Amino acid sequence: MKRVIGIIIVLLLAIGGWWLWREAARAPTPSPSGAVDATELKDPALIARGEYLSQVGDCASCHTAQGGARFAGGRVLSTPFGNIAAPNITPDRETGLGEWSFEDFWQALHVGKGRHGELLYPVFSYTSFTKVSREDARAIFAYLQSLPPVHQPAKPLGLDFPYSVRNSLSAWRALYFREGEFQPDPGKSDAWNRGAYLVQGLGHCNECHAPRDALGGSQASPTLVGGQMPAQNWYAPDLSTQANGGLAGWSAQDIVDLLRTGQSARGTAFGPMAEVVAQSTQHMHEDDLQAIATYLQSLPPRAARTAEQSPIDTRQMMAQGAKIYEQRCADCHGADGNGVPGIYPPLNGNSSVNEPSGTNAVRVVLLGGFPPVTKGNPRPYSMPPFAQQLSDADVAAVVTYIRRSWSNQASPILERDVSKYRHTSVD
Amino acid sequence: MKGLIAKQWQGRCAMGRRLSSLILALAFMMASHAEEAAHPDIPDTLQQRIASCTSCHGVHGEGTPETGFFPRLAGKPAGYLARQLQYFQSGLRKYGPMEYTVRELSPDYMREIAEYFAAQEVPYARSPMPRLPAEALSRGEQLVIHGDPARQVPACAACHGSQLTGVQPNIPGLVGLPYDYISSQLGSWRTQTRAMAAPDCMAQIANRLSAEDISAVSAWLAGRELPADMHAQAPGSVTPPLHCGVLEGQEGGA
Repeated sequence: MKRVIGIIIVLLLAIGGWWLWREAARAPTPSPSGAVDATELKDPALIARGEYLSQVGDCASCHTAQGGARFAGGRVLSTPFGNIAAPNITPDRETGLGEWSFEDFWQALHVGKGRHGELLYPVFSYTSFTKVSREDARAIFAYLQSLPPVHQPAKPLGLDFPYSVRNSLSAWRALYFREGEFQPDPGKSDAWNRGAYLVQGLGHCNECHAPRDALGGSQASPTLVGGQMPAQNWYAPDLSTQANGGLAGWSAQDIVDLLRTGQSARGTAFGPMAEVVAQSTQHMHEDDLQAIATYLQSLPPRAARTAEQSPIDTRQMMAQGAKIYEQRCADCHGADGNGVPGIYPPLNGNSSVNEPSGTNAVRVVLLGGFPPVTKGNPRPYSMPPFAQQLSDADVAAVVTYIRRSWSNQASPILERDVSKYRHTSVD
Repeated sequence: MKGLIAKQWQGRCAMGRRLSSLILALAFMMASHAEEAAHPDIPDTLQQRIASCTSCHGVHGEGTPETGFFPRLAGKPAGYLARQLQYFQSGLRKYGPMEYTVRELSPDYMREIAEYFAAQEVPYARSPMPRLPAEALSRGEQLVIHGDPARQVPACAACHGSQLTGVQPNIPGLVGLPYDYISSQLGSWRTQTRAMAAPDCMAQIANRLSAEDISAVSAWLAGRELPADMHAQAPGSVTPPLHCGVLEGQEGGA
């Protein structure tokens, strides 16, 4: 039923979008001043800066298939609307960006339009990248054009009707996309502005750390409040460090530590964030990391969550969970849930343990795993996967215990939730 | 008198200092004790770090010979083990939990983990055997020792060593493994959930074997008496009859 309603809405939007598109087609986006010539793009300093910025933007992560050539595309990104393979962005003439001018690249990054004016699917996060400065875009383009070309044709779109109709995107864009470079706030410090620029623009943090509605947009909600990652089945926590924020109690140093090493006194990166740290943030300059921390620390306090009024009597689960915790978890995370500094993360007050959905805690218990390997943490300690050792009921009990012990007051987890996450694909 | 008072004062001061340092020391001991109680000492060892591996494969990589589900890692050549971790990372080998576990590991760390398991000495255990007719077992023996030239299947022993205990550093042993493990690996080469660097000679061989051949080979290998020395043979001691990507620049390959 939900799907039928979705299709009807999208069809209506598509019709509306078609009109908008007709209008837009009559008035092409004016080409901004400051054309870029080919010799400029060969400047080694510009290319080096572009390489750094491409790491900040984590471009390689989506534009590289598992085991494939870097930037040659092919990684299939799953969305609730279907699968989209990231394209080849090496300078191959036939299958990559070899024929692209800087203006073409700018149109894609800033306006979300392909080389022939086609509307790009917002799985390519131009909703954030539109804030990237022209100067930075030029450096990234110079770097991409300096890569060895790899011939790798695009994989076909795996989208169902009606999402396969590209022009339906004009309606989506009218709802969720605001074109425009980042505008610094003169009332704030340089560090704050730099942090805001990186977080809102190239870092595209809000693409995961915000809820998405049924049409996959996140414009209406305030930024970085946290959200379910629909197709990946992880929860990207609220990033405010203020009262009731997901990172309440985190110092600037804790944020910098997590981004640089994958670990901090408050929590450890895992799942999709482990990849972000390994591929992107560990390579960022200290002042950029500090700037990000400055900006995140300024995010406003959140309204206090109403105390969880669960109709479930959790006493029995809590008792069972406590027993399992003592046997399986306490040796590393401590009976007090405070972990071991520098080795095992605390569970007490941990934003990923307490996030509203419970997805992260359940999946980490099932999957275990390593924090990302980084220069700052080259041989991390790991966690056993418990998928083979604990039943759904046991996992529900121990996660409920962890989410409701010490200072934690999150909602209980049901057996059927565990069963669902047990069958989630790992990518 | 003045001197005496001064001396006493000094003495008292010294005593006070000693007392306060004693109190400090005591407080420190209690504090560190309290910390210890809350956080049991975590050994700074690789074994402790790789709980993610050992919880399924065993602390010494002994695997689960009774079911064959989690393969033994102990004593397999380090180069072979490191490659398997890389293959799970690059998607040549497919198994969700392993792909997730190794996703963000560095080549150095994977190498260190591989060397840890390669160095473990664990007695070999017997695994459950299927009941196969004698003809099947002799077909298995024939394939392992001589191969099947008509189907261009080389002998297992041609690459995996005369005692089938593997060859350093990249070729694993085939004896001392459960029937279910061997047959499912050969099967996974056919279903393309296991692969290796091209040209993938094992994929060619697995595809030349019939389903009955796979059962026969696996059963004969799993039932084989174990040689006294289970260590892999010295590097370069075999001349592989097929061109194998994994052996490029090492044991050659014709």
